[in-house]
Amino acid sequence: MSSLNLDIDSFAINPQYRFQWEAAQQCHVLLFPEGLVKLSDSAAEILRLCQQPTTLATLLSALEKMFPGVVGLEDDVREFLSDAREQEWITPA
Amino acid sequence: MPENKSGSPQLRDENNHNFIPMWLLAELTYACPVQCPYCSNPLQISANRKQELTTEQWIDVLSQARELGAVQLGFSGGEPLVRPDLAVLIQEATSLGFYTNLITSAIGLDAAKIAAFKAAGLNHIQISFQGSNQESNKKFGGTDSFRHKMEMTSEVIRQEIPLGLNFVLHRQNIHQVGEFLETAELLGAEFVELANTQYYGWAKHNQQGLLPSRKQVEDAERVTNDFRSRHKGNMDVFFVAPDYYDDRPKKCSNGWATTFITLTPEGDVLPCHAAKVIPGLDFPNVKQHKLSDIWRYSDLFNKYRGTNWMVEPCASCPERMIDLGGCRCQALMLTGDAANADPVCSLSPFHDRVTKITDRASGELDSNEPVPLLFRNMKNAEQFNQDQS
Repeated sequence: MSSLNLDIDSFAINPQYRFQWEAAQQCHVLLFPEGLVKLSDSAAEILRLCQQPTTLATLLSALEKMFPGVVGLEDDVREFLSDAREQEWITPA
Repeated sequence: MPENKSGSPQLRDENNHNFIPMWLLAELTYACPVQCPYCSNPLQISANRKQELTTEQWIDVLSQARELGAVQLGFSGGEPLVRPDLAVLIQEATSLGFYTNLITSAIGLDAAKIAAFKAAGLNHIQISFQGSNQESNKKFGGTDSFRHKMEMTSEVIRQEIPLGLNFVLHRQNIHQVGEFLETAELLGAEFVELANTQYYGWAKHNQQGLLPSRKQVEDAERVTNDFRSRHKGNMDVFFVAPDYYDDRPKKCSNGWATTFITLTPEGDVLPCHAAKVIPGLDFPNVKQHKLSDIWRYSDLFNKYRGTNWMVEPCASCPERMIDLGGCRCQALMLTGDAANADPVCSLSPFHDRVTKITDRASGELDSNEPVPLLFRNMKNAEQFNQDQS
């Protein structure tokens, strides 16, 4: 697990991973050496914004504009990002 | 993944269309500078490389595969570096949207080629080692290449291409696991696969000299676990145990014709890389057929897809969806019928054929001289080429 602190550090998708739309599967995937992860729509929305270095605050403000009034958005995003950090889908950037 | 309910033949056609061949293994050539006696390639080696697909044919089939949804691509062989068009193929695959993996012995690799492959978009390199030091690497690979493999490992890391090291284990080198892990860590590898030999092709022929004893496997796993706990987080180590010592089989390629396609150098399309051992099957070729037709409609790909083909004890087994009856090639080689349960399964009526082999491997042979190995080269392949003709 990387030492990424979500509250302070900027981060991006792990440079070894690739985020892309797969028409055959009708979903976004993350590709990595000899494997892939299928992403849910909400996971894809978050990771789309992590293709360039970003911060939690920037990410939340963008997502709140896209999905105004969603209850518990910050908690959901934090939970996803800490999981993504453990899987090393995102790394400090 | 859609589940094929046993006893519902009307679902079969529907399932055919739902499966996506996400993984494509492109065996670019059977030519190889290494002579590993544990190679899973067929025993026959064609001396005629003119049958290999051309650059244009490879690009066409890669494009067809991408349309079907293939996204992970492994360039393999033989030794894929033997193909002079490898960088072109990597570039084309990258522009099609594949995630590209090069599976290589590193023989024939140099810094300029690594740079060219990186520029072409290569995403990952796996370098195989045949032993943990110069002497054993030469002994089991038939080439003096250890120093070069070490240099290329460092060079790939220096050029920042994601890298994995692969060490194929068998009874004559499995005791070197610790030494290999130390070397890999020294080189700065981030991922190491310790893969026990899979017994197909040359490996099956040499099985008696290759299959480790149960104790050897347990010792190697213990050394691996000790290493992991001493070196937390720096290097991921993946240990693949030989399935002969399990009591349940592994799925064939994540399920026959559900996820994987292997393309042979000549363009034959296989659901798994060993499928050619199964008699009575026609192997469709991309020179004659569209890849989508082969994937969806060919007899070969539908033969063991889902569960309708199963016989007892698999057909009524509550675990049948977990392992899909295991490996068809192993069932064939050990029971004579590819539709039988993989005899690794303790529920198979033929399970004693596996235990007979493992008992012998785990018996008193340890104190004896190692069984001589037949190395994979043109000269040794002659006898099998004659058998076939």
